[in-house]
Parts: sequence; C-alpha cells; structure tokens
Amino acid sequence: MAAATTPVRKVEWGVANVVVIALALIPVLWMVSLSFKTPAAVLDPSFIPSAWTWSNYHEILSTTQFVRPLLNSIGIGLIATFIAVVLASMAAYAVARLNFPGKAVLIGMALLIAMFPAISLVTPLFTILRAIGLYNTWPGLIIPYVAFGLPLGIYTLSAFFREIPWELEKAAKVDGATPFQAFVRVIAPLAAPGMVTTSILVFLACWNEFLFAISFTSTIASRTAPASLAYFSGSSQFTVPTGPIAAAAVVITIPIILFVLFFQRRIVAGLTSGAVKG
Amino acid sequence: MAEITLDNVTKRFPDGALAVDKISLDIADGEFVILVGPSGCGKSTTLNMIAGLEDITEGELRIGGKVVNNAAPKDRDIAMVFQSYALYPHMTVRENMGFALKLAKTPQATIDEKVNEAARVLDLTQHLDRRPANLSGGQRQRVAMGRAIVRDPAVFLMDEPLSNLDAKLRVQTRTEVSKLQKRLGTTMVYVTHDQTEAMTLGDRLAVMRSGILQQVGSPHELYANPVNLFVAGFIGSPAMNFMAGTLEEGGVSTSIGRLPLSPQLRQALESGNSGRQVIVGIRPEDFEDASLVQAADQAKGVKFRVTIDVVESMGSDVFIYFTQESGLTAKTDQLADLAADSGTAELGSAETVTARLDPTTRIKEGDSAELWADVSSMHIFDPNNGENLTLGASQAAAS
Repeated sequence: MAAATTPVRKVEWGVANVVVIALALIPVLWMVSLSFKTPAAVLDPSFIPSAWTWSNYHEILSTTQFVRPLLNSIGIGLIATFIAVVLASMAAYAVARLNFPGKAVLIGMALLIAMFPAISLVTPLFTILRAIGLYNTWPGLIIPYVAFGLPLGIYTLSAFFREIPWELEKAAKVDGATPFQAFVRVIAPLAAPGMVTTSILVFLACWNEFLFAISFTSTIASRTAPASLAYFSGSSQFTVPTGPIAAAAVVITIPIILFVLFFQRRIVAGLTSGAVKG
Repeated sequence: MAEITLDNVTKRFPDGALAVDKISLDIADGEFVILVGPSGCGKSTTLNMIAGLEDITEGELRIGGKVVNNAAPKDRDIAMVFQSYALYPHMTVRENMGFALKLAKTPQATIDEKVNEAARVLDLTQHLDRRPANLSGGQRQRVAMGRAIVRDPAVFLMDEPLSNLDAKLRVQTRTEVSKLQKRLGTTMVYVTHDQTEAMTLGDRLAVMRSGILQQVGSPHELYANPVNLFVAGFIGSPAMNFMAGTLEEGGVSTSIGRLPLSPQLRQALESGNSGRQVIVGIRPEDFEDASLVQAADQAKGVKFRVTIDVVESMGSDVFIYFTQESGLTAKTDQLADLAADSGTAELGSAETVTARLDPTTRIKEGDSAELWADVSSMHIFDPNNGENLTLGASQAAAS
C-alpha cells in the first residue's frame, strides 16, 4: 500500500491502532491487575497494584468450587467440539458438494438455529433435560452445545470444502476410492486447517457459554467455570470476592489465548497450495 | 486393454441443458482417439461419462464389451489425467503415484516396484519424496501421468493434460505422450480444444460441436474431406478461408473471381444448381504467389490480383493476409461458432483471407500482387446447413 508509506499516513494509522488496542486491552489488563491485588486494595484506583499477591490464585485453585468446574469446562468443551466438528464436516461436505432435495431448507434451518435466541430455549430444554434425567450432567450440556455448534461448524467448514478443487475427489474416485475413502483420505486431510479453525470457534463458544451452563446445572458435578464464577462467595456474605473472581477470570482466559496462539499458524497455512496448477 | 463403445450416449443436465446429444463412437482396443472441439462442445462431459464421473442420461456405454453405465469409476479399470492434474497436495510424489495401488490393497513391495519403474520412465526418480507444491508445472504433469501409468489400466482418459504447460514444453510433452501410448499400447481417449494437438497425436479424431459428433476419422481424412463447414474451419491451421459464391454453369463466382469447377466437383454438384448461393472454402496452403507457380500447374487454378494487407514471414513460410468485401450474408451458426472459437467474432462484413506462400516470394505489404489459387481441392458448402456439397468429389479425387 503506497498510501500508508507517507509519514502523515503512518501517524494517522499509528494513532488509530493505539486507540483500538487500548480499548481492547485495558479491561483485560485491569482484570489481571485486580487479580494480583490484596482484598483491601481492591478499591484502590491505581492501575498497578501497590502490593502484589498470589493469594487470590491460591484461594481459587485450592477450592473444588473452582477446580472441578474448570475440569468440567475442559471436558464438556472438548467432547462437544469433537462431536460437533465430526458431524459438521460430514454435513458441510454434503452441502458443498452435493445437490439434493431440501438442501436450501437444511442450510436455512442451520442458519435459523444459529440465530435463535438461546434464552427462549432455556425453559423447554430445562423441562426436557429434567424429564430424561440429564439435568445437571455432562451430556445435559454437551447435547445443546453440539446443537448450537453444528450450524457454526457447517457454515465455516462448507466454505473450506468449497475451496478444495473438486477434481481431487474425482481423481480419488478414478483411483479406485469409494466416496467414503475419498472423503477420509483426500478431502478431510485437506480440510484439516478448516477443521482446526472450526474446532477453535466451537470450543470457544462452549467455553464461554454461560446461560445454559447456569440453567442446566445445580452442583459442581457438571457446572462449568464461567457459571461457577457466579457462585463465588467471599469470606463473609457481606464481602464481594472481587480478587478471586478476577483471578478465576484470568485462569479462564489463559487457555483461550494459548489455544489461539498455538493454532494461529495452522489456520493461516493453507494446505491446498500446489494441488492444481500454480 | 479394452475397446470402448458409445451407443447413442446422451447427457442432459438436471437444468435441462443438453450437453451431449446421441453420440455413437467405437474405439478399438489400443487405439488413440481424440475428442476435439471448441469449449462447451461436450467433449469433457463425454470423457467424464466414460470415466463414470457423470451419469449417462440415455444410451449405452460399453468398456471391454461390458455395459458400465452404472458402474462406479473404481469398477471401470480406467485411469485419468486431469487438466489441473489434481495431484493430492498432502501426499508426496511417491504416495500420489501409489495411491490407487494402495487402495487396491496391492502389496507394498509391488507398489514400490511399480512406482519406481514409472518414476524412472518419467524421469521423476529424484523427486519421489517431494510434495506437488514444490514441483514445476512440467514435473506435476509427469506425476499426473505417472499416477495413471502405475495402474496399468484398460483405458487411459486424458482431459486436456497439456493445456497448463507453456508452449515449448507442450510440444515436447506431446511427443512424450504419443510415444508412451505407442509403447503401452493402451486404449486412450484424449480431450483437447487444440486442433494442432489433435492432428499430431491421434489415430482418429472425433470432432464435436454443441454436443453433437460432427465427424470421426483420421487426421488426414478430416483435413481432406470435412463433412461440413465447422469441421472444415476447425481442422487445419491457419483455418480454411470461406468466401461467398454463386454457382454458375461450370464455375462459381466469388470475390476473387470466377473459379472453374473440376469435372469431379461439377459432377458432385450436379446440374440445375445455377444461381445458387454457396460458401467456397479454400485452405491457405492452396494459395501461391502466381509468379512462383510452374507453368504446368497454372492451369489447375486461377490467378487474381489483390492488395496485400499484412505479410508475416515465418522463415519456412510466408503468410499473407488480404481483405475482400464479403458477400457472406447467410452466416450459418457453424461459422458463428468458428468465429467465436478463434476470437474473430466481431470482424464485420469484410473478410480476411489468409494465404500461405512459398518463402521465396517477394510480395510486400501494400503491394497489389497477383496470387494463384489451386481450385482442385476447394470445397463448396451449403450456406444453410453447412454441409459439404463436394464431399463425394474430393473423396473420389483423393482415392
């Protein structure tokens, strides 16, 4: 971009970037700062804690009230993501490749579910889960998460499948592959970056989900980390546990940051280069 | 090893478009047949139907005597090379070439042996462990060929396998393909839109236009006896020149003068056709600089004088172009198709005639030069349906 090289332009962009980054980062840094403050200093308006303490972290990581929900979050998130991505990749492949009656309806329904206000489903789902005995269990959260992860997965993955040259599949068929073999040995490996991207998106959605988590659980047997934050209590019922909540929020945020940093390259690296003439 | 029979094979897409209309073609065992035609003529669809990648709407397809209309591609014993090569990007060259054998559960030792042999033949041995992304265009093309060879299939199908190579490499690879087919002796069906490629490679050519098979024959047959305007214009480079003409007693009058009809032509056209509008086709190579024509040959043709627009010297040949006021009012859809294919769709009523002359000619641009045209091998077409009215005559003359 030639326009960005003039000094005035550089300054303009620099200022804009700083503003945007500051807006995004200050609340996060504030949270980190709070998590290191002593209970007495929580109301201290200074950005950098006057006295640093690990006590908030010690507190939350030594109580099953937080550790167990953290494990629930990881388990439920991973299982729901796995099921959703496997199912979504098959569905997305069909959407991208095949013409079948009712395809438009299927895509429409998927979009509809993605747009559906979750709150309107809480009551009916609550009743259903109670009736079939899944209330306050892992499957009770995994099933709705898969249902909401699928539309997201189908949309992202079908975009990736469309990018894969169709001739590769034809070549595989001519080479003697059954449609299933062609999918598993040729198409799926090429869609791997897309599957990773989709997995991250679905996992983040499950990890951050709060409404279902708080509605369909009653004990730490299945409560997830975000929901558990709401149940934190201070040393007495009159103190707000600001420090531990901030520390727990930091702990919940760390896996997300690691996740994105770790997979960033794989998302960007397109495996399909060199498949066709170039 | 197998022969292929297409019996009234028709492809109609779900939206009703007729891509291939009742094509019937017998391909003998070991024969090299080229499907050729402009883009959108249905040649690739036909190939895909043979491969089993497209359903056949009507008609019957037999490979090795067995009806395979509903057989999956993997059950047809075919190998295919795609225009884009369709190499598996996540596999090395070795894995790409061995993939089919692996799927067929061939023992690993046999796979290695066959892949190494194919790599040796195709000069790919030092690239076996590289990925397609790290190969040049020519190398990728060879890997695609190698993937087909290791299969030892009954039939090779090639969908414009050379069109992504640069011109020099294409000519070189063309020879390789031809040699390979001769050596393997496998039935091969090859699709191309390039008539030069078609003429140089195939035992037989099948010319297609808008889903309909126009003519099947050896390259020479198509060149010498095209059944209609389309085949005449499509086969041969530079393309045949078309001029409007009116039949007269014993001749045909055109913009370059009155061309006499040979006895054979006259016979083929029969009598009573006087005053009829026709299209005359003369190939560029049937023109010559009049001053260079031997006296003995002068009588075979006619001399005429035109102003030369452009002279292109190729060293071995000289191409000259001159423009004549065209009387081609009855433009047939076949001519329109040809014009669209060669990108000269918007030339208007004046028509450019191309002539190939001996390199010793001294004709220069802007000259008013005297040219000579050999009329013994000219063709006369019906302007309405494009049929070659002189077909019988030129066949008689050729034999």
